[in-house]
Amino acid sequence: MAATTEFELVSPGRLLLSEPVEMVVVPGTDGDFGALPQHAPMLSTVRPGVINIYKGGRVARRLFVAGGFAEVTQERCTVLADEAIDLAEITPAEVQQRLQAADDQVKEARNPEEKAAADRARGLAQALAEAASAAAHAHA
Amino acid sequence: MASLKDLRARISSVKSTRKITSAMKMVAASRLRRAQEAAEAARPYAQRMERMLSNLAASVAGQAGAPPLLAGTGADKVHLLVVMTANRGLCGGFNSSIVRAARHRVLELRAQGKTVKLLCVGRKGRDVLKREFADDIIGTFEEQGSKGITYTEADRVAQDILRRFEAGEFDTCTLVYNRFRSAISQIVTLQQVVPFLPSPAGNDNQGAHGGHEAEAHALYEYEPSEEAILADLLPKCVGIQVYRGLLENYASEQGARMTAMDNATRNAGEMIKKLTLTYNRTRQAQITKELIEIISGAEAL
Repeated sequence: MAATTEFELVSPGRLLLSEPVEMVVVPGTDGDFGALPQHAPMLSTVRPGVINIYKGGRVARRLFVAGGFAEVTQERCTVLADEAIDLAEITPAEVQQRLQAADDQVKEARNPEEKAAADRARGLAQALAEAASAAAHAHA
Repeated sequence: MASLKDLRARISSVKSTRKITSAMKMVAASRLRRAQEAAEAARPYAQRMERMLSNLAASVAGQAGAPPLLAGTGADKVHLLVVMTANRGLCGGFNSSIVRAARHRVLELRAQGKTVKLLCVGRKGRDVLKREFADDIIGTFEEQGSKGITYTEADRVAQDILRRFEAGEFDTCTLVYNRFRSAISQIVTLQQVVPFLPSPAGNDNQGAHGGHEAEAHALYEYEPSEEAILADLLPKCVGIQVYRGLLENYASEQGARMTAMDNATRNAGEMIKKLTLTYNRTRQAQITKELIEIISGAEAL
């Protein structure tokens, strides 16, 4: 078995994942990066995107994260996500619903603060939709 | 001695009170379980964030131009206390113990010549604190969803704190809340969030991570940059601390209410027993009295 690094994914609500993996690819703000065992310690912000978890040389799981922070050390990779969704568990209908809700929010926004929040929600929903459709293609 | 009718009324009123308290106990117990799960589920995130931040703080410490959320404003004049209480009463000493701690702290800080401002989360605390420190309360948050605490709610409180901090309204911010230990034991906790300090509360559950201490001094690479990460991480951390405080507080509230209502139910039971005894005795005495009257009446003839 190949060397593994301890991967943890936590959202404010719960600890989603804590397991040894061969590699994770995290969408950093300055570009995706892969974390392998013995990676040099680093801290990065995470943009909304997909985390790919590699096991046995293949992508074992894909998870969508709505931004957050990642900490990589030689034996660990911790991602603090604002929100995380397993792409295998979300249905296209749910994605659509979310897009719709975000659109409504944009329409209903009255002041600049609400507007900014709504735009953020919309951007997130779009990123999620793209990630979900990309994942669906990969499976097909 | 009370008449039989009064006693009957008394007993039935205590019985209905007992019904209410035992229902409240049941509700609190089921909410407690959910709240406790939520509070425990939020711990890993807060702990890891704290670990990250401690690492960052260690590497930025002493540098000029560190963000004020981390290094402080340089002054230590105005303190903001965020007092978290419940919206409702009937939960034993829960609210009063927080208020007492807050009051104590306010007086202590004042004695040191500092200015204190209060931000109340929860209606009960505001009501009590208003009596004594009406002029120092700068804001109140009351809404608390029936489904427990959401992150959005915590975020609103956090945004308010951050906005005030940026406006230079205070130098130090401390959260006052009850940390949940068990259904019968809650600990009033004062936790400083601005400027950032690793909290003592976060350290109890870190046994599993004790082995990583050596890493704390590892040299990190930063993407995009130290400052950018800190600028993102620090406000988020305030939000998380508030969220966690609210969750712990909510779980504590339910625990306290459950215990208080359990006691009330038991006391009501005892009271009913005593009242029933008095009722029966009175009834007996009355019957005896009537018998005596009849007998002596018959004898007189």
